[in-house]
Amino acid sequence: MSDGKTGVSAPAAAARGSGGGGLSARQVQIRSLVQALGMLPVLIILAIAFHYLGEERFLTGQNLSIVAQQAAINTVLGAGMTFVILTGGIDLSVGSVLAASAMAALIASLIPDWGMLGIPAALLTGLLFGLINGSLIAFGRLPPFIVTLGSLTAVRGLARLMGSDSTIFNPDLPFAFIGNAVIPVAPGFGIPVLAIIAIVVILVSWFVLRRTVLGIWIYAVGGNQAAARLSGIKVWRILLFVYAVSGLLAGLGGVMSAARLFAANGLQLGQSYELDAIAAVILGGTSFVGGIGSIWGTLIGALIIAVLSNGLTLVGVSDIWQFIIKGLVIIGAVALDRVRLQGSART
Amino acid sequence: MVHDGEPTPRLEMRGISKTFPGVKALNGVQLKAWGGEVLALMGENGAGKSTLMKILSGAYYADPGGEILIDGQPVAITDPISAKRQGVAIIYQELALAPNLTVAENIYLGEEPSRGGRVDRAAMRAGCQAVLDRLGTPFNAGTTVAGLSIAEQQLVEIARALHAQSKILVLDEPTTALSTRETDRLFALVRQLRDEGIALIYISHRMAEVYELADRVAVLRDGGYVGTLTREELNPDTLVKMMVGRDLSTFYTKTHDARDSHGPVVMEVRAITDGGRRVHPCSLQLHRGEVLGIAGLVGSGRTELARLVYGADPKVAGDVLLDDIPVTIRTPEDALEAGIAYLTEDRKALGLFLDLSCGTNINLGVISRDARFGGILDWTMWRRRAAEAFETLRVRAASPQVLVGSLSGGNQQKVLLSRWLEISPKVLILDEPTRGVDIGAKSEIYRIIDDLATREIGIIVISSELPEIIGVCDRVLVMREGRIAGEVGGPSGMPITQENIMSYGAGVAA
Repeated sequence: MSDGKTGVSAPAAAARGSGGGGLSARQVQIRSLVQALGMLPVLIILAIAFHYLGEERFLTGQNLSIVAQQAAINTVLGAGMTFVILTGGIDLSVGSVLAASAMAALIASLIPDWGMLGIPAALLTGLLFGLINGSLIAFGRLPPFIVTLGSLTAVRGLARLMGSDSTIFNPDLPFAFIGNAVIPVAPGFGIPVLAIIAIVVILVSWFVLRRTVLGIWIYAVGGNQAAARLSGIKVWRILLFVYAVSGLLAGLGGVMSAARLFAANGLQLGQSYELDAIAAVILGGTSFVGGIGSIWGTLIGALIIAVLSNGLTLVGVSDIWQFIIKGLVIIGAVALDRVRLQGSART
Repeated sequence: MVHDGEPTPRLEMRGISKTFPGVKALNGVQLKAWGGEVLALMGENGAGKSTLMKILSGAYYADPGGEILIDGQPVAITDPISAKRQGVAIIYQELALAPNLTVAENIYLGEEPSRGGRVDRAAMRAGCQAVLDRLGTPFNAGTTVAGLSIAEQQLVEIARALHAQSKILVLDEPTTALSTRETDRLFALVRQLRDEGIALIYISHRMAEVYELADRVAVLRDGGYVGTLTREELNPDTLVKMMVGRDLSTFYTKTHDARDSHGPVVMEVRAITDGGRRVHPCSLQLHRGEVLGIAGLVGSGRTELARLVYGADPKVAGDVLLDDIPVTIRTPEDALEAGIAYLTEDRKALGLFLDLSCGTNINLGVISRDARFGGILDWTMWRRRAAEAFETLRVRAASPQVLVGSLSGGNQQKVLLSRWLEISPKVLILDEPTRGVDIGAKSEIYRIIDDLATREIGIIVISSELPEIIGVCDRVLVMREGRIAGEVGGPSGMPITQENIMSYGAGVAA
């Protein structure tokens, strides 16, 4: 006989029934709350800090309206980027697609009496480039990074070609209200139309991601593509859809920026917008490997970037230091993402 | 083997506890291992085996109060390096080798011998080859690891342990990915190392291995130490009772009428093949309410055959008929549409969405069918289906909202199984349905299979565990080298026994 007792102890048997699976409902609630809040506390702290550092000029109706306007285009691009990154992909071409779409918008807006065609022209341009990206990725099985890196360059060239490498102006832009109108809600405070468009995009994205079958499939493809295929999900259709959405929303961004500026320049417009959009998504806690994330996070991420730009300018930080600080904030946020992923239970 | 008179065990762990936030993973556990013997460590998933071994290897800190003695001397194991210095080596299921380096480079990783500031490759190769010769490996020190099979990589890990002069060697489920032949070779090596005086701790779920190898068996349950059996005391009933804490008088359930296997054919597969790469033309008939086993060695083409039928891999030729009507299956989607579901052998990589909730994982096959207005989720149905699945399959999780990744293996398997049950398949192919599942959940899965058979579903069970095949199936096809080598049970007249299956699987019978 060895050192052990072979009997079966009762308490161990009794303890068995309860702890079978994972976390308690309360732990799940707390965790999902922490995850849902994500970067919101950071946003609030930044806003308050800038308010007091900037002689109480930050949290005013007028300034917040400007922040909303500044955040709007990046929010729209970030929403499209969220769809793509949720599937584990990336879309580097959105800045160039935005420029080409804005060019299309302005060219079409110059058609006499049919200037409003500028809006569908831009949207279709964006959608077309999105579908091309998506087809190459879904059917050609090419890596998203490579495909969209290529279209980042190629579409930039096309955008320049569209305006013969010059700036197109339209001082009588028929849809200029999109970029400049402000809907007054209270004395001294109004909501810019740009911001309203961004909010609508976020709401629609939320609905698609959380309330439709398509949304679940997007998360499924991002979480485990092999399992998605074996579960009967048409993976190619999902991939095509997310890149099409990203392209379409870049087209919408083109409309917004054309309307804001009454002009478009194929060379300069939308330069490095893709980086801000990606930063918004990552700040929002969406995982770079796919399958985890939320559209609300992207909204908060885009707001953080806008608040940083606006606030740092307000406080009088030079352009150079703004770059450095923004970069560090993004790295810090990704580090936070790591810690959070470690916290979530995976067996 | 009587140790009471012997001086000191090679390893003694006393009063080891480990608390994670909210969970007591280990509670005053003890363990003794002597040099020159194999101690099997058994317990269900979550019993604390891995946690205990991680404390021994320095990956975790134990709670204060416990102690570890090696050769009677208390030692402080604070990190993996100090564990190594004390002569402890662990070989995990997931091997930790650098695939792009050679065997010698892997064995010397981090402590390359140098001469005048340069790596002394000759010394490295010679030192490595000496160990490899002792093990009798089929590869040499200069071989690149990427080209080695899993079994051979395991040998590299063992060689690394021997090279580090380890006195205590822990093997964590080493045979999971090995074929029968490779397993036999590993066992021979384990015995050789035992005879050389090393203390081996062998973690396994497989009873048969434990019977074959172990000199003593220590059992953990729910983080507590239950007891140790000597070889003489070892018998299945006692062992299962110790591990589970209750009797498993009816481990395998077979209440469905086995005569149904002569009933109508629900699925017929005619000469399906991938062009002879892994599967030569295979034909089979599956009857309504029948549990058809597919046995064979690992690599005999069982999973590949199932994947061809399911449309997961492209087939070169062959037909599938459901209820006598030919169906075109090019993708898994087609198969599901036709009513064929396939439970994968690798639920984490190919089955589950670990970051999605249990409820969504359960509903994934039917959310499209349930959706309203062409694509809007029906949460009422989602909740109802999830709740029913939890109820009927006894999934142990706080709620359907819990992420499936946080569940134990058995509960994960039940979630995946219920996804396929939701689509009400005509044919259900289960590939290793109880792999990595604890013994309690195992018997529940057997009960579910039996229940499905009574509901007229045709079921195919692919398994490497012969007792499982024998306990569950009405008829068994045995595969060998991509072909169906024979049939036992049913109209063949041959009883379903280990010997009959093995003779076909190994190619002894004609």
